[in-house]
This record gives sequence, C-alpha cells and structure tokens, in this order.
Amino acid sequence: MYDIGSFYEAASVEDAIRKLQEWPDAEIISGGSDVLIKIREGKLAGRSLVSIHNIAVLKGVTMEEDGTIVIGPGTSFSHITAHPLVQQHIPMLGYAVDQVGGPQIRNIGTIGGNVCNGVTSADSASSLFAYNAILELTGPEGIRQVPIQEFYTGPGKTVRRHEEVMTAIRIRRRDYEGYTGCYIKYGKRNAMEIATLGCACLVKLSRDKKVVEDMRIAYGVAAPTPVRCPETEKSVSGQAVSKALLLQTGKGVLNEVNPRTSWRASKEFRLQLVEELAKRAMAQAIRNGGGEVDA
Amino acid sequence: MKTLDFILNGEACHTEIPEDATLLKVLRDILHLTGTKEGCGEGDCGACTVLVDGRSVNSCLFPAVQAEGCQVMTIEGVEAHPELARIQKAFVDYGAVQCGFCSPGMIMSTVALLQKNPKPTEEEIRRGLSGNICRCTGYQAMVDAIQSLA
Repeated sequence: MYDIGSFYEAASVEDAIRKLQEWPDAEIISGGSDVLIKIREGKLAGRSLVSIHNIAVLKGVTMEEDGTIVIGPGTSFSHITAHPLVQQHIPMLGYAVDQVGGPQIRNIGTIGGNVCNGVTSADSASSLFAYNAILELTGPEGIRQVPIQEFYTGPGKTVRRHEEVMTAIRIRRRDYEGYTGCYIKYGKRNAMEIATLGCACLVKLSRDKKVVEDMRIAYGVAAPTPVRCPETEKSVSGQAVSKALLLQTGKGVLNEVNPRTSWRASKEFRLQLVEELAKRAMAQAIRNGGGEVDA
Repeated sequence: MKTLDFILNGEACHTEIPEDATLLKVLRDILHLTGTKEGCGEGDCGACTVLVDGRSVNSCLFPAVQAEGCQVMTIEGVEAHPELARIQKAFVDYGAVQCGFCSPGMIMSTVALLQKNPKPTEEEIRRGLSGNICRCTGYQAMVDAIQSLA
C-alpha cells in the first residue's frame, strides 16, 4: 500500500488538467516507477495522484507529414526501443532508453516521466538534447512548445507548470536526417544503474565521409541539468574527420560542463569521463555514419 | 475500495481493492497467491516480477487499478502451464535454485524472455535477467538452465 491521498484515473488530457487545477498538491503519475518510489521514501507521502496511464493519445510513435517524429510521452521505454520509426530514424534514442534500469522498469517507465522528473541523469535526456527535441505542454491556457534546452531549470526542476501535461515530444526531420549517433552510459554496473555520466553525440558527415559537416554533443550528469556544448560543436563543424578532431572535441567540452562531486563519483572523475566519452562517442558516431577514424 | 476485473492466470478475476494498493499486495494479501515475492519494494530486485499483457513488470511498482482489463500471469500460472512449467523443471535440474526467494521472479523474467526470443544467446539471457537479483547462485546455473531450453 502507498501513502497517497487520492488516486484519479484521467480519461483524457483535458480531464487530467481539470483535476490538476482542482488538486493543487497532486502529482501526475504515468508508469509510476519514479513517483511511487518517491512516495514510498516519504518524499511525496500523502500526495494525491492524477494518473495519465490510460490516455491512449499519449502513447505511441508516429510521423507527421513533414517527417517530424512524434513520441507520445506515455510511451514506455521498451516500446520506444522496439518501434520501427525509432530504429530507422532516431536509433540513438532507442538505444539510450534501453539502458534504463532493467527489463521490468523499461516495460513500466515512460519517456515523458523520464523527462518531466527533471533529473540530469535521465538516460533519454542527453539524446533528446542532441536531437533538439521539442516538448509540447498542454495546460488550461492552451498548448505551448518548449525546446528541451529551455525545459530544465535546475535539479528536479522544469518549466512545466503544475496543471500542465506533456502531450508530445517532437523531433524534426532536419534534426535527425543524415545524422548518425552514439550514446554512451557510464555506470558501475551494466544494468539497474543510474548513470555516473551519459554522453550523446550526433554527427552529419559529408558525402565522401571525410568531413564533419555538423556535430551535436550533449551530456547527462555533467551539470545540474542535461547540457549541450555549443562552442565545441561550432568549432568542430566543417572540419576534417581525424583523431586530432576527436582530441580537440574532448578538450573543448571540458569548458562547457560543470559536474559536481556526489557519492557516485567525484567531480574530477566525471571530468575525466566527459573528455573520454566525448572522444569515444564521436568516434563511434562517425563510424556509424560510414566514416573512418582511430579513437 | 474499488472493484478490479482482470484475467489472472487465464481466468476471469473480480475483486475489491483499496485504490492505493499495488498489484503485488492484491496478489499476495487479497488473492493469497504468495508465489510472487516482495524483496526490495522499489523495483530494484525483481522478486515481484509478473507478466501484465505478456510484458514483465515489477508488481511492487504497479498500481493495481492499472491492471483493470489486463491479462496478468504469476508464477502460479506458470506452474499450471505444461509448456512453461518446463522452465521451472530446468531451474531445478540445473541447481539454479538455492534459497529460492528470487526464483519466481527469475522464472517470470525467463518466460518473458523466451516468449520474445525463443533462442537467446548467453548475453541475451543475462540481459533478460538483468532486472532480477539473486544473492545465492552467481547466476551461472540460471543461464545454463535457460540455455538448455533454447
């Protein structure tokens, strides 16, 4: 049994918003794998829950006419990994969410919950940053689109207002087409582990695979929120594929992150990982795109 | 209290539950199916694994109200199923059971794995069991048992 106030199963997004307005202390619950643990720990004890678990429109992956991929925030990690659109167009995200917890958690947990939780260690976050995901929030005043880079405001904090429900995660065609990527999660175990550091790198190579036309790199746990490294990205784009470019990237990202010491790892170790994973993830992203490079 | 209607181990089940109950509590304390175990209670150990609509979930993190209309299978359903019971027999034959507390969850994860992938490699088996913790066996006997079925 959980120490919860009341439990409301919302029939639609509008219904959920209405209930959230009515219950100012309520939490949204979808899969439950984060919220129920917090209730058990006492952090959210006694709070009421508005479940969006049964709202069908929040689940699934589709493609709009212009090639934008739309992920329902209520889609479980295992569904995302297995979805043909994800495998074909945004495989780095499918791989990243396959690194969450273990199989049972991936069958319960949802990508929307992973993002709305606001934690820097979320496995989906760095990939969504690299893909320039746009988050759709629906509230009493209507719908707003928030680029994921503007979504996080601090550890566990986001711009989502209490009575807003995340209703879509969008990745535009121009943000995935022609890009190949690699996500590396560093943890002490291979499963049931929260990332010590996560690095997602996307590259777009020239036709002859010799030049990095564009590069995007994002981290989880390298700062209080997930972060991109725009200066390094700019300095790398347009340069020839080489080992020196990987080394330059590894040094560059160090100026754009801000990891802290926690019981999981020291700041110094995280900085070491930031540099090393940048090189490895970028090298693999280049290889995935048909380029050749020694790491 | 709330009514819950679902299919439990192939049979229709109608019961009254508190709305804050987990599926684990309903199975163990209301329906008295005590094969499903509670270990950590927070989704880390996998002892409470059951299948909901064919997918493995931690029943300790699954609000029972969300099982409405679903097909739920527990270790008791495996035991009664001639094809699936061979998984249990393989675990016994290979000494993959020591204290036995993790076994129901391990076997449910094995059912989910083999239904998706009847011929898993050793790596796929280890990944399939990665949400279940065993503190006795060192896992090798379980991998051997599952390989004998593949």
